[in-house]
Amino acid sequence: MEQNQTPIIKIENLNFRYDRERVLEDINLSIPKGAFLGIVGPNGSGKSTLLKLMLGLLKVKQGKIELFGTPQQKFRQWDRIGFVSQKANSFNTGFPATVDEVVASGLAKKAGLFKRISSKYRKDIQDAIESVGMTPFAERNIGELSGGQQQRVFIARALVSKPDVLILDEPTVGVDSKNVQNFYDMLDHLNTDLGITLLLVTHDIGSISSKVTHVACLNKHLHFHGRTEEFEQLKEGEMSSFYGHDVHFLNHEHH
Amino acid sequence: MLEAIFLYEFLQNAFLTGILIGIIAPLLGAFIVVRRLSLIADALSHVTLSGIAASLYLSKTVPSLQGLNPLYLGMIFSVTGSLFIERLRTLYKHYQELAIPIILSGGIGIGVIFISLADGFTTDLFSYLFGSVSAVSRGDLYLIAAISIVVITVIFLLYKELFLLSFDEDHAKASGIPAKVIHFIFMVMVALVIAASMRIVGILLVSSLMTLPVAASIRIARGFKQTIGYSVLFGEISVIVGLVSAFYLDLAPGGTIVVTAILILLITIAMKKVKSSRHTEKAEV
Repeated sequence: MEQNQTPIIKIENLNFRYDRERVLEDINLSIPKGAFLGIVGPNGSGKSTLLKLMLGLLKVKQGKIELFGTPQQKFRQWDRIGFVSQKANSFNTGFPATVDEVVASGLAKKAGLFKRISSKYRKDIQDAIESVGMTPFAERNIGELSGGQQQRVFIARALVSKPDVLILDEPTVGVDSKNVQNFYDMLDHLNTDLGITLLLVTHDIGSISSKVTHVACLNKHLHFHGRTEEFEQLKEGEMSSFYGHDVHFLNHEHH
Repeated sequence: MLEAIFLYEFLQNAFLTGILIGIIAPLLGAFIVVRRLSLIADALSHVTLSGIAASLYLSKTVPSLQGLNPLYLGMIFSVTGSLFIERLRTLYKHYQELAIPIILSGGIGIGVIFISLADGFTTDLFSYLFGSVSAVSRGDLYLIAAISIVVITVIFLLYKELFLLSFDEDHAKASGIPAKVIHFIFMVMVALVIAASMRIVGILLVSSLMTLPVAASIRIARGFKQTIGYSVLFGEISVIVGLVSAFYLDLAPGGTIVVTAILILLITIAMKKVKSSRHTEKAEV
């Protein structure tokens, strides 16, 4: 069934280098609609570069990226792609803005230049806050919240323009370990209940395997790309050679 | 005081101008503070000084320029300075704050040259440095009113873009907002507001009217719109109290306005302290 639909993101024979250093080599990747794809790889494996290429923040020079069936260079419907950057963790925490205001700012592009965010978006804003479970905090200043709560707010900001796919770059970096599982439950809710395609990039291979439907292992090359079940059948030995050290799978399903 | 305002045109000019800059300086200041650009406002005010000094020198030496309002050249210098700062900030990517001392000292340096060429300080220049109740002309008032309309309209139209740019510049760029153009418009507005405010508060204290009310507001406000609201309120109080006391005590209004703004700031800090100590008491019970 997946094959019949245009993939949300399709990458073919992608290569990328910064000056002389090759960062990505021969990447082929396809993300079907409704998937929850985890891209895992050690630090410096080219994960962030891959994201930047997808989002058009870096120029594709060799290979091809298609977004919703359109070559990325010609793609204009950026409101269909929500992005939560790793940097969201290091924003100015003293900024005097409420959760509601931060989420509303996600509509800046959609509402159009010179236009104000009108009352017709009110419900979208409330829904987005609701979907990440932050309704009780809507009027709080963002700086008063914990790292995990702030990250939820940034996800709501990305969701408010109703994207089809949400791209998350190391979203659990600022989340304390107690709340990481809650955080993934929330992502699972977005994926299964709201039907949002998720693409999550992380170096933490263990914590995501119970929720994601697809896994891609990246380290310059794409070492594995497939469904999670197949991924879990891989021998630990193979993964160690990919990561360069021992990797232990953690199974979170029985918590 | 009220009677005097109806009687004297110069007082009308000063108060109407004061009320206008009491709105626009803190309004723009809210964005400046959260973007951590407070010092840029300071640097630009010194560039404005060199424009004023150049204008005063030219009107002294070139007969055809005698009646020239120094505000115009001040404005031109200030806008040019803002463009230089941006250029320097991209040139020294890893030392962005370096742009500030370069522009600041450059502004004073050029200013000092013109001042010495014009044979030293005049009372005119003194009023530009520290503000004045009596030196604001009708022409100044009209020019400042025009700047105010432009600034308020632009902020109204570009509010959400400016908000996003201030809160999260990377995200603004990633979401396809013309961040560079909007930042440029923002810097030009900063330059204009500095030139406008200088007539009342003076060049040396102009940045304080953009930052002190905001510093007080951030202590107590919930959300950014409220931050702007309180900033404008505190700015207005500072300007009006400052102008009235400057008039009665025969002082330069720059000083009285800034001292009022600092008093407000101290009050908000004290208020927050009292409030939070009550909170902890409650929590302990």
